[in-house]
Amino acid sequence: MALTGLFLSIFLITHLAGNLQLLDMSPEGQQKFNEYARFMTTFPLVKVVSYLLYFSILFHAFDGFLLTIQNRKARPVKYAYEKPGANSAWYARQMALLGTLILVFLVIHMKHFWYEMHWGDIPTVTDTSGKPMKDLYSVVAAAFTQLWYVALYVVMMGVLAFHLLHGFQSAFQSLGLNHPRYTPIIKNVGVFFAVVVPIFFALIPVWMFINA
Amino acid sequence: MGNMKLTLKIWRQNGPNDQGKMVSYPVNNVSEDMSFLEMLDVLNDDLVRKGEDPIAFDHDCREGICGSCSLFINGEAHGPGRLITTCQLHMRKFKDGDTIHVEPWRAEAFPVIKDLAVNRSAFDRIQAAGGFVTVNTSGNLVDGNAVPIPKDDADKAFDAATCIGCGACVATCVNSSAMLFVAAKVSQFALLPQGKPEAKRRVLAMVEQMDKEGFGNCSNTGACEVECPKGISLEHIARMNREYLAASVTKE
Ligand code: HEM
Ligand code: SF4
Ligand code: FES
Repeated sequence: MALTGLFLSIFLITHLAGNLQLLDMSPEGQQKFNEYARFMTTFPLVKVVSYLLYFSILFHAFDGFLLTIQNRKARPVKYAYEKPGANSAWYARQMALLGTLILVFLVIHMKHFWYEMHWGDIPTVTDTSGKPMKDLYSVVAAAFTQLWYVALYVVMMGVLAFHLLHGFQSAFQSLGLNHPRYTPIIKNVGVFFAVVVPIFFALIPVWMFINA
Repeated sequence: MGNMKLTLKIWRQNGPNDQGKMVSYPVNNVSEDMSFLEMLDVLNDDLVRKGEDPIAFDHDCREGICGSCSLFINGEAHGPGRLITTCQLHMRKFKDGDTIHVEPWRAEAFPVIKDLAVNRSAFDRIQAAGGFVTVNTSGNLVDGNAVPIPKDDADKAFDAATCIGCGACVATCVNSSAMLFVAAKVSQFALLPQGKPEAKRRVLAMVEQMDKEGFGNCSNTGACEVECPKGISLEHIARMNREYLAASVTKE
């Protein structure tokens, strides 16, 4: 859980760095993004890492599902009166719900962009050497002209933020890394990560919607 | 006698296989200087006078050191207040006219015996699986300074050893996980040279027994640390995770 969670967190940084190119909506920016997308779907090393990524998502979701089932079974009779807010944060207790929402989002997200890029019938443009290349940029830009699609992304990044707010520091504790000197740093980095990364992700659809 | 009037909603269950239900009881003449258990004594006294079955609940020392008393009071293990057991909870924490919900610890691994009393022998079996040192410690006096131990380690081991095995950590946890208890029992040995020889075997055996008993998995919500009457730290869980990971990879 912890290892796949942290790997997915690292992936978020690289994914964000790549996608921030979408903020440059000029023709050169579009060209650069499409070249980047082609590189990401064809370069062998990226392919290896992406298989590791698919595996991580599936393992993380499946293991989370199994653990949640076990945890439910561990308390067959519920309390009649509970005050869980007195001792823990709601998002820490709702990791399974937050994770499931992320999974649903990932299916929609990957169907729309990843599947289309790989196997979809999407328009092509020519690259600098005159060869045809898939125009993923237009697919993304078209998607983000729809308000509900932009709203979905913004809300889901909020969900991701709460998952990470607990998950980031939790992964270190699960791996046995708890130290009076380093744990406060890990917690602060976790809060920063959980807030900043989703905000930048959410910025992309909002920016493209406004500037469309 | 005091003058607080309270309504208690208490879990009544006539035995392990009974369905059980919450039952309302009015209690009058409660003094704010009573402990929560003394207030229950008053109620039980009433019930016995009326010829009714008194409410079963666990208690022994009534001074916060034995770990017998339990009770999930108004949605919290050992009720409101921090670093206290139920026997150390006083009625001054409540107001005249309050309704108080009282339930047993809820966990698959802690089956109800009767009313509010649960069977916590799962903890004994975890302890028996590895919470000991194999060297003979009776009779053969050893010079206390023969094995030097850093003060910080001794302090941390002692902190871990203050766990009274009450089970509040399990009762509080959304996952009914026993990690804080087991981590305390692992840490009290792991930090000391006397506990090193069995360290690998101990952590593997105790965690295995914990899983067998049907406790849930730790998701690091931190609720146990907040509700633990002895303030056992999450640091001990991390130490156990470390020990467990290392022992799993290096075992033969
Ligand atoms: C980009 C996506 C995701 C990232 C970066 C991420 C990250 C993390 C991290 C770092 C943890 C803490 C692990 C630990 O404490 O050991 C975690 C826990 C968890 N995640 Fe995710 N996660 C993602 C997606 C998902 C998905 C799609 C699901 C499920 C459908 C999910 C379900 C869970 C659950 C149930 C936990 C709690 C498990 C536990 O605490 O033992 N996550 N996640
Ligand atoms: S760790 Fe704390 S809450 Fe858990 S059994 Fe020990 S003393 Fe009780
Ligand atoms: S009765 Fe001993 S700790 Fe409460």
